[in-house]
Amino acid sequence: MKVLMKNDEVCIGCGLCEEVCSKAYFKENHSSKSAIQVAKGETNEINVCNQCGVCIDICPVLAITRDKNGVVRINKKECVGCFMCVGFCPQLSMRQHDDYIEPFKCIACGLCGKDCPTNAIWIEDVDKEPMEKL
Amino acid sequence: MFDVKSIKAEHKLLAEYTYEPAKLNRGYTDKTLYVNIGENQIKEKNVSKEMKEKFIGGKGYGLRYLWDATKPDTKWNDPENEIVIAGGPLCGITQYPGAGKSLVVTISPMTDLVIDSNVGGYFGPFLKFSGFDAMEIQGKAEKDIIIYINGNDGKITIEEAPLEAIDGHVISEQLTEMYADNEEDKKNISVISAGTAANHANIGLLNFSFYDLRRGVTRLKQAGRGGIGRVFRDKKIKAVVIKFKGTKGNLNNPADQSLINKAGIKLHKQIHDYDDVQCRMRQIGTANIIEVMDQYDLLPVHNYQYGNHPDTYKIASNVFVEKFITQGMPDGCWFGCSLSCAKAADKFEIQTGPYKGHLVTVDGPEYENAAGLGANCGIFDPRLILEANFYCDTYGVDTISFGTICAFAMECYERGIIDKEATGGLDLRFGNGLAQLELLHQMSRGEGFGAKIGLGVKKLKEIFVKEHGADADFLNEIGMEQKGLEVSEYLPKESLAQQGGYGLTNKGPQHDEAWLIFMDMVNNQIPTFEDKAEALHYFPMFRTWFGLMGLCKLPWNDTSPPDNHLTDEPAKMPEHVQHYVNLYNGVTGSSIDKNELILQSERVYNFQRVFNIRRGKGLRKQDAMPYRAMGPVTIEEYESRQERYDQQLVELLGYNPEGKTTKEKIKVMKEYRLDQYEKLTDAVYKRRGWTPNGVPTKEHLKSIGMDLPELFEVVDKHM
Repeated sequence: MKVLMKNDEVCIGCGLCEEVCSKAYFKENHSSKSAIQVAKGETNEINVCNQCGVCIDICPVLAITRDKNGVVRINKKECVGCFMCVGFCPQLSMRQHDDYIEPFKCIACGLCGKDCPTNAIWIEDVDKEPMEKL
Repeated sequence: MFDVKSIKAEHKLLAEYTYEPAKLNRGYTDKTLYVNIGENQIKEKNVSKEMKEKFIGGKGYGLRYLWDATKPDTKWNDPENEIVIAGGPLCGITQYPGAGKSLVVTISPMTDLVIDSNVGGYFGPFLKFSGFDAMEIQGKAEKDIIIYINGNDGKITIEEAPLEAIDGHVISEQLTEMYADNEEDKKNISVISAGTAANHANIGLLNFSFYDLRRGVTRLKQAGRGGIGRVFRDKKIKAVVIKFKGTKGNLNNPADQSLINKAGIKLHKQIHDYDDVQCRMRQIGTANIIEVMDQYDLLPVHNYQYGNHPDTYKIASNVFVEKFITQGMPDGCWFGCSLSCAKAADKFEIQTGPYKGHLVTVDGPEYENAAGLGANCGIFDPRLILEANFYCDTYGVDTISFGTICAFAMECYERGIIDKEATGGLDLRFGNGLAQLELLHQMSRGEGFGAKIGLGVKKLKEIFVKEHGADADFLNEIGMEQKGLEVSEYLPKESLAQQGGYGLTNKGPQHDEAWLIFMDMVNNQIPTFEDKAEALHYFPMFRTWFGLMGLCKLPWNDTSPPDNHLTDEPAKMPEHVQHYVNLYNGVTGSSIDKNELILQSERVYNFQRVFNIRRGKGLRKQDAMPYRAMGPVTIEEYESRQERYDQQLVELLGYNPEGKTTKEKIKVMKEYRLDQYEKLTDAVYKRRGWTPNGVPTKEHLKSIGMDLPELFEVVDKHM
C-alpha cells in the first residue's frame, strides 16, 4: 500500500509541502488547509497520515474506506461531517477546517514529496501488515 | 421473512398533504406539523416569536402545544390528548455527541400528568430536516394507521395499515424495508412504533429506530417512561415513518459553525483519550455502573430492600462485555456521538415466547435494565436479563417501570400478601426470571396477572387491598411509585438529596431531573439543607435544558475533562457547560451565558409545574415519597444495616439504641427521616421560588419572564 513516509531529521521546516498540498486540493496557499503539517521549531516534526485506517471503523456512515492501493479515503458525498475521525485519529493527522463541513487527509498522492528540497518525505509502497503493527 | 410489497398493497390512503419543506435557519424552521388522525387532517403551523423565546424548543414546544390542546380534565385516552414530538434547535447537529434527541410529551396514563421523555434514533433530526420543529398528533383513528413523512418530496400521508406487525423490532424492519429504495437508503428512514403490550399496558413505550449499517438491522431507542406507547396504541397508530435523504453536518444552518466544530472535536478527542479509563461508555454504555452501584450499596435489590447482593458479579458489566455485547462499533444513536453508548448484543438467541429460537439484536442492556429487570427482582442471570430487555423493547414496555412493578409483586408474593391463585399459578419468588418473562408474554396478550402488572404499582396496590385484603399502609410504604410513576433503579435511602431528586419532581420519580446520590452520599459535597436545595434547583434546571435543545445528557458528565477536579465546581463540569453555551450560541447566533441557560430551563420547568397544578395536582402532597425510598420499612431491612442505623440514631438523634427493639428503632428513625424530607422540601420550594405548598409565586413567574395570564389564572387559586 502507498504511504507518505517521512524523516523528521532532515526536514528544514520550509513549509513547501504544506503549500503544495493546500494549493493542489484547495487552490489556496494555507498550511491549515494542508493534509501534511510541519510543527516548526528547533526540531521539525512532520505530521501526516500513515494510512493506519483507525478512522474507517470510527465513521458512522461508512464514508471512509481503503482503496485498491491501500490508501484510506473519505467519500465526501456520504460524509455527515461529525468529525469523530478527527478526534479519534491516533496520529492527529485527520484534518478539519471550518471552511468545509467534511474532514480531509493525506491520500498519498506524492506531490509534496516531489518538491521537498531535502527528501524528508517520499511515497513508498509498503506491506499492509507491517503498517498495522505500527 | 415478510413480503413488504403485499403488506403495502393493503394500505388505504386516508389523507395526503404536500408541502414545500422549510429550510432550517439557525436551528429552526419556525414551522410545525399538526396531524389529526381522527379527522384525517394535516396542516402546518407557524411558530410565534413569543413561543420561540419562552419555550425554546423540544419539550418546551411540546408542553406549550399540549397545554393549548387540552383542558384541565383531559384524560390520557381522550381524543384531544396529543403526542408531541420535537427536537430542539441543536437537534440534528452532527459534531457534538448526543445531538439527535427527540422529546415526546403527552398526558400520561400512569400519572394523569404531563410526561416528557427524551429518546434517540434518527426521527428528531429527520423531522427538522423535513421542515418541522415539532409534530403534534391529535385525535384517534378508527382502524390501525401509519403516518408517513417524506421530507425530500414534501409529502405526508395517513394510511390504514392492517397487515404490519405491532411488535417494535418487526414493524421497524418492515417499514424500513418498505420505504427505503435500497439497502443504502435504509439509513434515511426512522420509524416510531410501540409493541403489542402497549395495546393493554399503561407502561407502554415508544421505540424510535435508526438503521445500523454495520449490523444490517434496525436498532431501537426508547421513549420509555410514563406510558406514551399506550397513548400511541390507544390512538390506533402502528407507526410514524419518516424518510429524509441528504444528511450533512450543517443542515441546522448555524450562525457560527466554527464554535460547534471546536466544541465537538475537543470532546471527541477527550472521549478518545479518557473514556477507556473513565466510564467505559464506548465499551458497555450505562451498564458500566452495575458493580459500582453494588459496591456503594445503591443497587436496588429485592424491591429496594437492600443495596447490594453477593451474586452481582454474575451480571457485572464485564460479563456483558465479554459474552454478549459486540465491541468496536460506532454505536451512536445519532451521527457524531463518539460516546457511543447504544450497545447491542448480536445474534442473541431467544429462549421463550413468540420469538423463541430467533436470533435477534438486543439493544442494551442499559444499567436500568440490568438493575430493574435483574437485581431488583433478584435475577442474576445475564441471559434472562437480556431476553427480558428484548421483550420489553419489542412489546413496547418500559423496562424501569416493569422492573419496579415486578419487584413489588415479588415482594408481595414472598410476604404472602398475594399467592399463586392471585398470580395465575406463577411462582413469583425473587429470582424467578422465567416467571418474569411469562408476565411479559401475558402482558403482550393482555391476559392474566401480567396484564395487571402492566397497570403499574399504584393500581396494583389498590387491587391487592381490594381483592386480597392487603394492608394499604404497608403497601404504600413498600410500593415504589410516586405520582403513579415507578421509581427508577437507584436506592435513595441513604441520600436525602436523591429522595428529593426523585420526589420533588414534575413528572414523578425518574433520574432525568436530578441524580445526586454520589454528590450527596458518596462525596458529601452538599451537606446542609441549603446546599441540597441549591443542587435541587440547579441540576433539574440544567438537565431540563437538554430537553429543550434535543440533546442527550450523557456526554455532559459521563466523560470528564482530565482537569475537571481542579475547577471551582467539579459536579457541574464547567468546561462542558461552556461547550453547551457555545453550541447554543453557535447554532442560534445568540449570546447567552451559563446563567441565561438556566433561566431558559426555569421558564419551562415552572410552566410544567403550573401545568400539573392546572390538572389538580403538582402540589406538596403529591411530592411525598414512599417510605421504602427514605428508610428501612421492615425489621429485615433495618437489621441488614443495623450498625449504620444504630450509629445514626446515636449521632444524629442522640437516641440510645441499647436495649431497644428493632421495631422501636424503626419508628424513631422513621420520624426523623420523614421530618428531614419535610425540611428539605421547604428549602427546595423556597429556592425554586415556590410557596410552601409547591406553587410558583407570581413574583417568581414574573422574575423569570413567565408572567403569562394563563399561568397566573392557575396559581391565583392557590395564593
